[in-house]
Amino acid sequence: MASVPYPIDEGRGETAVRKDSYWARFAHAWVFTVDHKQLGLMYIIIALLFFVASGLQAAVMRAQLMYPNNTLVSPQAFNRMFTMHGTTMVFFVGMPFIAGLANYLIPLMIGARDMAFPRLNALGFWLTLFGGILLYSSYLAWAGTAGQGSAPDVGWFAYAPLTEKAFSPGTSTDFWILSIIMSSTGSTITAINILATALCLRITGMTLARMPLFVWMFCVVAFQILVALPPLTAAQIMLLLDRFLGAHFFDTRAAGDAVLWQHFFWLFGHPEVYILMIPGFACVTEIIPVFSRKPIFGRAAMIGASVSIGLISLGVWAHHMYTVGLPSKTNIFFAVATMLVGVPTGIKIFNWTATMWGGRIRFRTPMLFCIAFLFQFLIAGLTGIMLGVAPFDWQLGDSYFVVAHFHYTLIGGLLFTLFAAIYYWFPKATGRMLSETLGKWHFWLLVIGFHVTFDPLHFAGLVGMPRRIYTYPAGRGWEGFNYYSSWGVVIQAAAIAIFVWNVIDSLVRGKKAGNDPWDAWTLEWATTSPPPEYNFAVSPEVRSSRPLWDLKHPEDPDWKYEQV
Amino acid sequence: MNLRFRLLCNFLLFPTLLSAEPLHAVGNIFRPLATPAELVSDLSTLTLVICAVVFLIVASLLAYAVIRFGYREGDSRSEPAQVYGSNQVEIAWTVIPILIVFVLAMSTARITSAVQDQQVPKDAVNVTVIGHQWWWEFRYTDLKITTANELHVPLSTTAERKLTFLTLKSADVAHGFWVPQLAGKTDVIPNRTNRMWIDPKELGIYLGNCSEYCGTQHANMELRVVVETPEDFEKWVTQQQERAAAPESAENQRAFLSSACIACHTVSGTRALGRTGPDLTHLMSRQTLAATEVPNNAATLRDWIKDPQRLKPGNKMPTIKLNDTQLDQMVAYLTTLH
Repeated sequence: MASVPYPIDEGRGETAVRKDSYWARFAHAWVFTVDHKQLGLMYIIIALLFFVASGLQAAVMRAQLMYPNNTLVSPQAFNRMFTMHGTTMVFFVGMPFIAGLANYLIPLMIGARDMAFPRLNALGFWLTLFGGILLYSSYLAWAGTAGQGSAPDVGWFAYAPLTEKAFSPGTSTDFWILSIIMSSTGSTITAINILATALCLRITGMTLARMPLFVWMFCVVAFQILVALPPLTAAQIMLLLDRFLGAHFFDTRAAGDAVLWQHFFWLFGHPEVYILMIPGFACVTEIIPVFSRKPIFGRAAMIGASVSIGLISLGVWAHHMYTVGLPSKTNIFFAVATMLVGVPTGIKIFNWTATMWGGRIRFRTPMLFCIAFLFQFLIAGLTGIMLGVAPFDWQLGDSYFVVAHFHYTLIGGLLFTLFAAIYYWFPKATGRMLSETLGKWHFWLLVIGFHVTFDPLHFAGLVGMPRRIYTYPAGRGWEGFNYYSSWGVVIQAAAIAIFVWNVIDSLVRGKKAGNDPWDAWTLEWATTSPPPEYNFAVSPEVRSSRPLWDLKHPEDPDWKYEQV
Repeated sequence: MNLRFRLLCNFLLFPTLLSAEPLHAVGNIFRPLATPAELVSDLSTLTLVICAVVFLIVASLLAYAVIRFGYREGDSRSEPAQVYGSNQVEIAWTVIPILIVFVLAMSTARITSAVQDQQVPKDAVNVTVIGHQWWWEFRYTDLKITTANELHVPLSTTAERKLTFLTLKSADVAHGFWVPQLAGKTDVIPNRTNRMWIDPKELGIYLGNCSEYCGTQHANMELRVVVETPEDFEKWVTQQQERAAAPESAENQRAFLSSACIACHTVSGTRALGRTGPDLTHLMSRQTLAATEVPNNAATLRDWIKDPQRLKPGNKMPTIKLNDTQLDQMVAYLTTLH
């Protein structure tokens, strides 16, 4: 490995000797902290905890659906579980995870000391965490609530008027509304912080053109969050007014409009898909070049593609509403807009492929996850095109095909990239490598488990199985698909267990990572692992988009070729 | 084999109802049996083929890159040539997908419009479909028929095309009407009137579901479409238009009419005029109970009335305390309602 001819602070930078008690130190590290790295890790830890909670609910649902007419759980319990599973995965796994990545990595990548607003950053974290706790505390709300107690059971997109007091008495729906308003506020804060940090705190020499693509893509995400979350929050406040003050925005029994909720929700909900997916793209875009030993192919095209995905995806929301009876011309408009998103997405897939082309690919665990991501995301993208074809969607929408499609996107796509990110940046954050052997077991079991679970569900949808049903009769062609799908969960659970063990074991006994274990090119690898609180002892020099390449290869630096 | 097995199951489950009608239980969207579903299926096949070709090409390129450019023991440890990109290549893989999108967009526009903008012919059968938590009400307003969960429609043939137009409304929350082999789904939304049409081309019973999550018993909001020859359909219409059968036993009828059942259910010609639950005037002409795949006969009916929450937990039919005699009388009366 090429060594970095670069002055690096090898100590942890802890000069002051602390005399605080254990609890004081604990509180400083885990409660009062405003350090972007610590908050980043805390975000990722809560995301993983909620991931396990939500995954267990998914496992129970798959067990219930393993056989027709199964009676493992009651319909009420099942409906709560799919509502909580969806809500948790989107708002309390996906969002905190990407916030964690952004917090941890953006300041390091742009050579900054911290995020632009550290205390606001801490506020964002605590709002997200307490939002999640509020949501889950609804499970304890048995006795105190009239009517439907316990957790929300209206589905994660909570269509009106099912959410109105007349159909959802009790407080479960209010838990759903308030917890999401809280966490959305947290996400908005994070978005503001990302934009301010990337725009204002870049180190000398790092022009926007030289800014890592990771940070570029997170800027697009932050922009989308700022545009997309307000409609959701507004709609949720309107729903609260309906429920408590007798407003009639969505109350169809008093001439309210059920479809209005759908517009508001998907105006948020579709960009949300990209808010979750683009950070995945961002990770892949950093990891693939390093393990292919080549710069990203078509850097400018990648930026252009990300920005156009960010813009086009704001205008495609009604493709979730092809079946609500909008006029044919409206449906056609949204179908065409939806297909157009496929173009920049395609450009990205081609650029990643071209980056590997002609490289010398190292098949380390992070790269394996990226390669699997490419194949799986390709399929997810193509089934997305099918769903974009409005008439095809009349058949596929709200069926198990959709369930399979978005799990392909969010597991086969996003989750795989997040695991790639964990294996790639774990050494930076902890100073230790994750085990390659366990990593490969984790990878292969997850690939197999994922495909066994979700491939059959496409076919269940093609033969007419609707989503969100707690049971189904025999004889409709759905038994086999559901049976195999449920077994896949067992394999996935084994993979996750290995991953958890790998993390715990490596934290204690993992190989020391050093500053730059992957021989990478972005600034976070120019400081120690883990980085000191102030990140960089000496300001690194930036003359191109790969500052560490320039340092390692003074005979052939990037800045000789880059035009900007 | 599979189909025969299913037919056998059907035979065992519904011995009294086994007519010549086959059961279309598997809603395979690629085996459409009505024009809207056929149009969608054709477009879907085109889309699927295009996507499959794209997948094969891109996945092969990916696989080739991964295999061909993988680092092996003994390879040079030096860095490969650093390539930054190529504008020509970027333009190529921007323009080609745009052309594909163009083809798909044009076909989508054509089919969307063909299905959605179909005019109502004068001789169409008009049915108002009303979604309830968690059952379907079908009102043939022109024919003055009200029934539940099983939609009877006439067969459409090339010689005599017969369209059935559905006007979709909801009594409570949003539902979705979906019988995959006949048409794509259309949402059934309160305060809004949606429309769809079908022209089934094969006799038989088609199974479908509510496709929009609508609360506790969404799973058991199933529906059947019974496609009959025009003659059989006429016969069914005449039979449904009759008033309720005269009671065989006044005492049995009294057991029913003095119960709370009449607050929600209608039996024409009696003082049972409730509108919240399914119309029971011709209850026994229906094959199934409770919008589920449970056959409708005296035994299941008795279980259902005794404890509706056991078969379909959370549904809106309350359990009414009845002793065995009352229960027997009630079932005896209801089973006369052919």
